[in-house]
Amino acid sequence: MLNFIGPFTLKRRGILGMNSRNIEFISRYNDRKLFPLVDNKLQTKLLAQEYGINTPELLFVVRYQHDVYRLLEKLKNISSFAIKPACGSGGKGILVIKGRDGDGFIKSSGMVIGLQEVTKHVTNILAGLYSLSGDQDVALVETLIEADAVFDDYSYQGVPDIRIIVFQGYPVMAMLRLSTKASDGKANLHQGAVGVGLDIKTGKPINAVMNSEKILIHPDTKHSFDGIKIDNWKELLLLACSCYDMTNLGYLGADIVLDKNKGAMLLELNARPGLSIQVANSKGLLPRLRKIEKEKVASKRANVQKRVEFVLGFENF
Amino acid sequence: MRHEQTQIPFLSSEKKDVWMVEARVEFKAQNNTPITVSLSLPEDTSGYKLYFEQSVSAGYGFSMVQKDGIKRGEWSIRQAKGKQVLYYKAQIVQDFTDDLPLNKVESKLNPKDDILWSASEQIAAKEILDLAYAKSSNNITFTRELIKILKNIEKRDDSSLLLLKHNYMDVLSKLLTDAGVVHRVSLALELEDARRNKALTSVIEVLDKGEWILFDPKNALQDVNKNFLLWTRGGKSLIDVVGGTNATVNFSMVKQNMPALELAKAHFDESGFGIFSVHRLPIEEQSIFKMLLLLPIGALITVFMRLIIGVKTSGTFMPVLIAMAFLQTSLFLGLLNFVVLVAIGLLLRGYLSNLNLLLVSRIATIIVIVIFLVAFMTLIGYEMGFNTGMSVAFFPIIILAWTIERMSILWEEEGAKEVLTQGSGSLLVAILAYMAMINGYVAHLFFNFPELHLIVIALMILMGRYTGYRLLELRRFREFKNI
Repeated sequence: MLNFIGPFTLKRRGILGMNSRNIEFISRYNDRKLFPLVDNKLQTKLLAQEYGINTPELLFVVRYQHDVYRLLEKLKNISSFAIKPACGSGGKGILVIKGRDGDGFIKSSGMVIGLQEVTKHVTNILAGLYSLSGDQDVALVETLIEADAVFDDYSYQGVPDIRIIVFQGYPVMAMLRLSTKASDGKANLHQGAVGVGLDIKTGKPINAVMNSEKILIHPDTKHSFDGIKIDNWKELLLLACSCYDMTNLGYLGADIVLDKNKGAMLLELNARPGLSIQVANSKGLLPRLRKIEKEKVASKRANVQKRVEFVLGFENF
Repeated sequence: MRHEQTQIPFLSSEKKDVWMVEARVEFKAQNNTPITVSLSLPEDTSGYKLYFEQSVSAGYGFSMVQKDGIKRGEWSIRQAKGKQVLYYKAQIVQDFTDDLPLNKVESKLNPKDDILWSASEQIAAKEILDLAYAKSSNNITFTRELIKILKNIEKRDDSSLLLLKHNYMDVLSKLLTDAGVVHRVSLALELEDARRNKALTSVIEVLDKGEWILFDPKNALQDVNKNFLLWTRGGKSLIDVVGGTNATVNFSMVKQNMPALELAKAHFDESGFGIFSVHRLPIEEQSIFKMLLLLPIGALITVFMRLIIGVKTSGTFMPVLIAMAFLQTSLFLGLLNFVVLVAIGLLLRGYLSNLNLLLVSRIATIIVIVIFLVAFMTLIGYEMGFNTGMSVAFFPIIILAWTIERMSILWEEEGAKEVLTQGSGSLLVAILAYMAMINGYVAHLFFNFPELHLIVIALMILMGRYTGYRLLELRRFREFKNI
């Protein structure tokens, strides 16, 4: 019943543990005062615009409770949009409306809700229901991402995203996150989404897991993950790695979505990216992180292009 | 170490023998005269420690004074009639471990020897002294031999001659004086359990190398400290009564077995560490501190469970707070209360969220509902014969309300599974923390030796630097076994 792996085996495989991540990487490379840049999606978005990094377009921001009642007026000419809390984490509190049905709003699941539901959701966001610290929050209303057709066979409802771990500006590991029925259309691994490890140099699928168990086909669409092919992989890496220059966070998870029309876009950044990416890749993070730690000295102040080339040139990475 | 200094025991159950000694002074008052009674009192010096002294005497003023370096208790009254009874009570503990000056030299006081030998006695005395001298090597062995000779009255003519007319102690003292041995006659109380109406016995103390060595004059035993409590030393009077006649002093004593902690508390008021002791606080504050000083233990366990084991809890230190709530309710009932209340609270909150309330007012509403629930549970418990909820005080209510709020947010965001994981994780850690905090030894040690918290801090820091794998990560990453 209890199925454990020995700590020395884990060490040999170079698996990064939670304590080691917190002490040796997050607290060492991520300055705490930089956290708000990524913890607050509004700040991230404004910063991204400043650095010319592609993100979903911000339609407007709801800051105060009395603005909530003017919502209908503001949404008059917008049929599809996403409402998210600025300080939410892990995809919490995101409401996706993909169309209108008379007075009603159609959610991504196809359910139709009234305006009252939408205002209630915004009210909850403002009260801080979804914010990390429970503080008051603001709600962002963004244009809806139209998922690239490449993932149509692999996703249930939600938009798949690609998580890339960026260490000191160098890409180290990547994973495609696919929502499932079990994850209720969300792309969070611990909620039951599928994680597909991607080869960091080519973007080709390596391995897939769901609830920490290896799987070969998507549980809902029944398609084999072997068929996944991401075009312009290098473009994605460049996008992810430029987030380092933008935030100065040394250990970073960049969540990137592929839009049908606008290509790769930065969805959000995470200063405390999870460890399941290792399971999805069947590889430990530690050897790669150590390698970057060593190489970084030699290639100080390299630009994004050079950094990505550098990693692509590695053998055995 | 502080333990040695303050005598606070390491174990709460540690007990010590304590003698409860009572001196009863009786005399007849002379009419219409002011009365002063002066009784010589024992001191800390003879391997005993006084923990508590008290006088019970209706109408009399009482105080302790130092006269000629000797502690005396003085009772005084303006007028009294007939037979008077005064009491002095002391709690005494044998303590040879201490560095108290056991028998330090207070004065080189020689007793007045007011007996004169007759010519025949002179010869007998000389004979005894010579004999004792021949058999001994120093003052101590000399005294011992002397006592032995005097005790063999029937066998020896010379000693029986001396004791014919004179008192034994006087003879012994006179002989020692003749031999040039510095000594003194003191009064001591022979400690025997549950004895009443006991008188003091005379003992002889001989000066040797700056120390007074005590001898039991009856059997020449030297190591008599163990059961002799020196009451008055060096021939000073035991009792002086001005304005009264027929004064007698009787002693009663009883051996008690007292928790060592109680004694230590009484003791370290005077010692330097006493100032830093929690025991100096009023009892009410002490009980708060008792809880407060336990909190780090719970925190330590939470740190361990999270960093080393990897258990998921809701909120970093909520388990400690839940454990604190259990401390006030008892584990089983607390757990029952907790689970039932949180379950009901979650259901009600689900309804509340349909009302479209703002977050703050929702939490406030939940607190009120929790109070109602607690009252309801208490009533049910009372009817069923449990005395439960009454102890669910103010503090746990806030914790409950907060837990319900957090759990329901978690439910909405992450689903029921996560609520179950984090909820049971929190409860598991809370139960462990509770078990540690309720432990008598732990509570005793951390309350009486607050410096132990430094060790707790050290352990926390140590764990905070632990970069190894958490126990549950060994399961989380089990897939790597097959690569």
